[in-house]
Amino acid sequence: LRCRQHSASCRELAVRAPRLRLRALSAATSAAWLAAYGLFLLCENSMVLSAAIFITLIGLIVYLHFVKVDQESLLIIGSLGIQVTSCYASGKESTTFIEMSQVKDVVINEAIHMQKVIYYLCILIRDPQDPQGVSEVVPLFQSSKPRLDCLMEVYKSCQEILEQRETALQSS
Amino acid sequence: MVLKVFFPTCCSSAESGILIGRWISEQNSAIILAVVHFPFIPVQVKQYLSQVQQVTKIKVSVLGSWSNSKQEKEESLNKFLEDLGTIFAHEPWIQISKERDSKFWTCSTLRKESDSSKEEEIILVYYDQRKVMLSQLHPPVDTSTDHKAVDASKLAAMFDTVASSKILFMTDRYDDGPIKLTHWQSDGVEASIIVELLKQASVPACLLLTFLLSLTSVVCKSRMLKFWPLSFLWSKLSTCEQLGHRLQHLRIISSSKKAQNQVQLMRKANIFVSLLIDVALGILLMSWLYRKNRIGHLADTLIPVADRVAEELQDLLQWLMGAPAGLKMNRALDQVLGRFFLYHIHLWISYIHLMSPFIEMILWYVGLSACLGLTVALCILSDIIALLTFHIYCFYVYGARLYCLKIYGLSSLWRLFRGKKWNVLRQRVDSCSYDLDQLFIGTLLFTILLFLLPTTALYYLVFTLLRLLVVVVQGLIHLLVDLIDSLPLYAIILRLCRSYRLAAGVKFRVLEQKHGKPLRLLMQINPLSYGSVVQTYRLPTYSCYPKDSWTSLCRKLFFGELIYPWKHKGEKQD
Repeated sequence: LRCRQHSASCRELAVRAPRLRLRALSAATSAAWLAAYGLFLLCENSMVLSAAIFITLIGLIVYLHFVKVDQESLLIIGSLGIQVTSCYASGKESTTFIEMSQVKDVVINEAIHMQKVIYYLCILIRDPQDPQGVSEVVPLFQSSKPRLDCLMEVYKSCQEILEQRETALQSS
Repeated sequence: MVLKVFFPTCCSSAESGILIGRWISEQNSAIILAVVHFPFIPVQVKQYLSQVQQVTKIKVSVLGSWSNSKQEKEESLNKFLEDLGTIFAHEPWIQISKERDSKFWTCSTLRKESDSSKEEEIILVYYDQRKVMLSQLHPPVDTSTDHKAVDASKLAAMFDTVASSKILFMTDRYDDGPIKLTHWQSDGVEASIIVELLKQASVPACLLLTFLLSLTSVVCKSRMLKFWPLSFLWSKLSTCEQLGHRLQHLRIISSSKKAQNQVQLMRKANIFVSLLIDVALGILLMSWLYRKNRIGHLADTLIPVADRVAEELQDLLQWLMGAPAGLKMNRALDQVLGRFFLYHIHLWISYIHLMSPFIEMILWYVGLSACLGLTVALCILSDIIALLTFHIYCFYVYGARLYCLKIYGLSSLWRLFRGKKWNVLRQRVDSCSYDLDQLFIGTLLFTILLFLLPTTALYYLVFTLLRLLVVVVQGLIHLLVDLIDSLPLYAIILRLCRSYRLAAGVKFRVLEQKHGKPLRLLMQINPLSYGSVVQTYRLPTYSCYPKDSWTSLCRKLFFGELIYPWKHKGEKQD
């Protein structure tokens, strides 16, 4: 976890996801190529080998560009909004910005996943029709899945900034 | 609350002057649109602003002062700028000053009423004026009806302000007016000759197109084409549907009314580009077909293919008349059905052979219609397949009707067997006492029908499978036609080349900070993803997908009801 405070009402929190392991990558590639070679021995068609190389390359590019997340960050600007960015391994960045008027609160939720209970941070979006209700829940840090102590730090920072909004609303 | 100032990046190097823009007090944000330079007369500035306000319906006013000092700081200039605050009364008066070659600006506010002891925090957000002006936020909010909703969202208000202030950006630095502005277009209004020429040429082109379309619709609606056999034929052929659909598109494009809002404009543009690409692909296909006498080859292979299909069907029927898959059929019924279908095939083959000298000429003329578009060519292909496999369709209908009759007879006689009857009035099964002779005949008929069931069922199964095969092939062609019809090509190309025009939102980047100076952010446009582009701008098509779910389809097949998998919108249900 890396936290930077740019000003009194702006914080940036970034979490790194576990990196791509060389062992797993080489194991997958060699398994695919061994299977292709076995198929080639069976049917004596060299197209199988070139097709296997092609598929492995395309699969790797697709994986790096669409699936493997390198870093996820959260930028809170008090009175403007919250921006969630995910950087993929190929350099692609996908961003979502949620305006402050739509944010109801930032909370830590529990979920039961397979055989364990995990904690995740999420943003509650206000329902335009029902002021007390919640229309959507946006989970954060889904690929890097930080632990509870990390989440607590992020939660505290967010709440400090959200409190400023409440005091501003009350004073105006 | 924190004060937010939206500053256009093009004004960063402007000379000193006063800032004009819009102030939204509910959100405590100021959107700066331009900088007015010295010398100016305050009365003229106020006049100009009220004129702009009348045209754009946005509350444009003087927000503050901007000083770009290339030399050392001048104290007198500062006092002068503060005094300006009293002339143009605005609450709060924003003062931005930039030192020579420094990235960090000083921003302060002057408030007359509230206590000045509380330091207000200021956020400076830079935005690219031209891109924000041209871009469109999705999901679009209708600005003419719902101003409150627009103002509730900061971003929508900001985009709306910049987009509506087009008239402000029309005066450039070289105009001889009393007011000198700096904004993104102050170096000269840019325009393209080709675009202007196209705009001039489009008016007579639209008129010509409307005239031609009205002629075509008069011809189509004439009484001659409405007689019963012809109107039935037109409704069944998918080519006519596709042509009607395209005519409607042409009508939309050539209408002389200007597009009211962004959605209509995008739809018109999408239809136009789609038509263009369709016709281009069609002409490409036509040029490929007519080269090297491919039409002749096609016509030559068509008759042998039809013959081959008929032969295969005959073999199939012979197999069914024997002992198919080891099942033992009822000899008499088998022979009757088999000979009946064989005679049909014989009729069909003679008909095809009768037509064979004319096939090439017909194909040649029909192939010419591919220049109307690739979709029309695909529809013609689907219709040709339907015509060539018409005998399979007939067999399916015969087999299905026979089977259906048998199933209903069996179920009704089964109820008789158990002493019950179907009450049509109350739509339920009631018990009923039958006479002895009724029971006797009923049981006899039931036994006969039951033992003849396997034969009929087998014929029905075989022909249903063949019919389903043809339906699947036709369905794939129609799917392709639908895809070409409904794909919003203009929106996709726009997303590819000018991605800032379709905005899903914004993204902020934090620039270098210095302690004590206001927070600096750069606002960039976050473009819409391709999936949402296609979903938002899809063109509506005329066909609907099969309404039956899998269970109802299986149920219909089991009971022998005829299935019509593709129903077009507007067709009456049988």
